[in-house]
Amino acid sequence: MASTAHDTAVHHDDHGHHHETFLTKYVFSQDHKMIAKQFLITGIIMGVIAMFLSVLFRLQLGWPDKSFPILETFLGKWAEGGRIKPDFYLALVTIHGTMMVFFVLTAGLSGTFSNLLIPLQLGARDMASPFINMLSYWFFFLACVIMMGSFFVESGPASAGWTVYPPLSALPKAISGSGLGMTLWLMSMVLFVASSLMGALNYISTVLNMRTKGMSLWRMPLTIWAFFLTAITGVLSFPVLVAAVVLLIFDRSFGTSFYLSDIVMQGQVLPNQGGSPILWQHLFWFLGHPEVYIVLMPALGITSEVIATNSRKPIFGYHAMVYSLIGITVLSFIVWGHHMFLTGMNPFLGGVFMITTLIIAVPSAVKTFNYLATLWRGNIRFTPAMLFAIGLVSFFISGGLTGIFLGNAALDINLHDTYFVVAHFHLVMGSAAIFGMLCGVYHWFPKMFRREMDERLGYLHFWITFICAYLVFFPMHFMGLDGVPRRYYAFTEFEFMKEWLTVNVFITWAAIVASLAQLAFLYNFFHSIFYGKKTTQNPWNSNTLEWTTPVEHLHGNWPGEIPTVYRWPYDYSKPGHNEDFIPQTTPFSETMSSNVAHDFEGNAEAELLQAEYAAKGTKKSVVAAKPVAKAAAKTAKKPAAKKKTTPTKKA
Amino acid sequence: MTEQERINFKAKKFLVLLFVIASFMLFAGLTSGFIVYTGGSVDRGLKIILPQAFKLSTLLIVLSSITMHMAYLSAKRLQLNQQKMYLLLTMGLGIGFFVLQLSAWQTLIGQGIYFVNPNASQSFIYVFTGAHLVHVFAGLMMVLAAWLGGVKNIPQANNLFRLETASIFWHFIDILWIYLYVFLLLNQ
Ligand code: HEM
Ligand SMILES: [Cu+2]
Repeated sequence: MASTAHDTAVHHDDHGHHHETFLTKYVFSQDHKMIAKQFLITGIIMGVIAMFLSVLFRLQLGWPDKSFPILETFLGKWAEGGRIKPDFYLALVTIHGTMMVFFVLTAGLSGTFSNLLIPLQLGARDMASPFINMLSYWFFFLACVIMMGSFFVESGPASAGWTVYPPLSALPKAISGSGLGMTLWLMSMVLFVASSLMGALNYISTVLNMRTKGMSLWRMPLTIWAFFLTAITGVLSFPVLVAAVVLLIFDRSFGTSFYLSDIVMQGQVLPNQGGSPILWQHLFWFLGHPEVYIVLMPALGITSEVIATNSRKPIFGYHAMVYSLIGITVLSFIVWGHHMFLTGMNPFLGGVFMITTLIIAVPSAVKTFNYLATLWRGNIRFTPAMLFAIGLVSFFISGGLTGIFLGNAALDINLHDTYFVVAHFHLVMGSAAIFGMLCGVYHWFPKMFRREMDERLGYLHFWITFICAYLVFFPMHFMGLDGVPRRYYAFTEFEFMKEWLTVNVFITWAAIVASLAQLAFLYNFFHSIFYGKKTTQNPWNSNTLEWTTPVEHLHGNWPGEIPTVYRWPYDYSKPGHNEDFIPQTTPFSETMSSNVAHDFEGNAEAELLQAEYAAKGTKKSVVAAKPVAKAAAKTAKKPAAKKKTTPTKKA
Repeated sequence: MTEQERINFKAKKFLVLLFVIASFMLFAGLTSGFIVYTGGSVDRGLKIILPQAFKLSTLLIVLSSITMHMAYLSAKRLQLNQQKMYLLLTMGLGIGFFVLQLSAWQTLIGQGIYFVNPNASQSFIYVFTGAHLVHVFAGLMMVLAAWLGGVKNIPQANNLFRLETASIFWHFIDILWIYLYVFLLLNQ
């Protein structure tokens, strides 16, 4: 089968035949579809590891006094006597955050879906530079290996939090995690940034240069708009993180004082003078805030597509959706100060950051309302992907609202660095973006693996995860309002925090149940890759181009010519058409019964033809009936015609 | 050249342009860092006269941009020998620039202005010039690749592609240095 598919691939004109070995096909692949799968599977593995870390520190938070001998068995000295050590607790929190934000939700999400969908939905044979695309994956892989490696060094992994604020991160002797673990963290991040830059450059160049005929920017699916703007955000913000990291490395290893000043460690005054730890925060958050949108925007793009397809309705406010994404992209660069309200910043500057922060809620709200309006009176198909998309909207609302509280500089005095912040970003980023990613996995699984995932397991996965995510994160709001600080090791040590211990136990149980629910997903995912039901070419009756490619993967995506695009991707349930979807490849001349004036964008000739058609329709009903009859005949013939496009027949 | 190849070349050239933008953001980050840092206290700031070597190195790199452009024009006119000569000249000027920057570092060290310095504004001089030199090195590699292409007489489409990408990057390095130098002069 694979060989027949390959034979068709060599026949098209612009792809030289090259012999494929196991190594070039599965390992050092330059095919965007394979690279997407590599990103996805690596991302899932990192996600499972990061989730496991969170269960470990939840055990500590739930039962700070209890001993779990099994922990000592596999953590050794980090859990002497079956209790996680404070240093290791910090390492767990740090690596959990880093892996989730960067490896799962940036590389795993953008890497998977930008790679899979940009060429497929735009009608390109591959990325602008398949070679750089391959490098992008392998840099990411190395970054993951190094980060994991830091668990196996004597002094343990980095422990300064995912934001690695100096001085903790800048002084190798500060705590055990500041030593080699921190060095490895920095190395890993440099590789990671290189990887995401290579990815992002490819995505942008491909979107701008390699669209098929007829695919104008305003005919691109919202997924592509989201990936495109995400990539732009990445290109503009990640280099600034590199600048910050370079200075940090100099401080750590060369003795400079960019971030360090007036430090006394173990009774010794350090020579570093004149540095400013606030400088790190500025540089870090100039990336850090755009980064949260780098995480979220692809998820928003994926849900736009899935919600429209499964509501069988055009997306509500396509242009507004695009302009909101653009607005978010621009605004995300001028709000970073809201993470720094309490650094002694000039109150006037704080006010400016407060205003820009609150403005960013506007495009976010526009998107939310558009999702709801798309769902409104739709002919909804509750596939697992659709449920996860709706879940995203729910989390985006509940987490976004608390952002508005935090964005107020005055309120933030109370809320900063408490569990309220933890609740905010785990709902709006953690849960929402993970749901967006899972939504994409369920929806495009047939495209990636040529088989379908089991629906019932999908429903089970969704409901348990959805409910547990709220059970885990919602109570944290109340802890935060009570002033409970984040990142504290044992709630038993402080009188006012003791009353929250029972809540912590509850949260830990919910987290454990949520993790167990992921087993349903993992089983479903890996089992379906090999044993799932074989899929059809267009299982969701979708309009976009990726579903016009054969089920079997070809190098170069389409046998023969790349299809031309004639319309936008959201012609679902168009009145007058005999089916509830019209693929982008269907010309208007084949859908005379459903065209509207707006479709022709001022093309006078087409308008004239349509007018003639309409005139005939009113004068002679016989003539008008004819195209309808023709259309009916076409549907009757459809099953046969459909078979023709499946590769089995072709071979 | 087929339509598809033309598109592929265009997309790859665009990659270089995007890389330039990313690099520029790196320096925007560093220079903003300088401003934030220096603005924090009156004890900070350059507080020195910049080495004279910077003036000469600026001259060299501007000249090298001109020779780079000449090389590109020769490539378009299919004058292979001239192309190779101008590329060699560009490399020579680039190496000269490199050496001059290092000598500027020596001058600074001679004046007691070290990289490890309680006034990190002065450390920033090394960071700016050092990060720039890394780019110069990359640029030299690209020019070298273009020159080797000329020596091996690769097909014109590929040759032109190498020259175009090398010259985009080289001009960027030139402009970047002028930006950094002016930035430092304004803060002198
Ligand atoms: C409605 C728009 C939003 C507003 C007004 C907002 C506001 C804020 C503010 C003011 C903080 C700082 C709180 C503090 O540390 O005291 C914050 C933290 C955070 N926000 Fe948002 N946010 C919004 C949306 C989002 C979105 C969409 C995401 C991610 C997808 C996100 C992710 C985060 C993260 C990760 C943090 C915490 C970082 C940390 O300290 O570790 N926020 N948000
Ligand atoms: Cu933010």
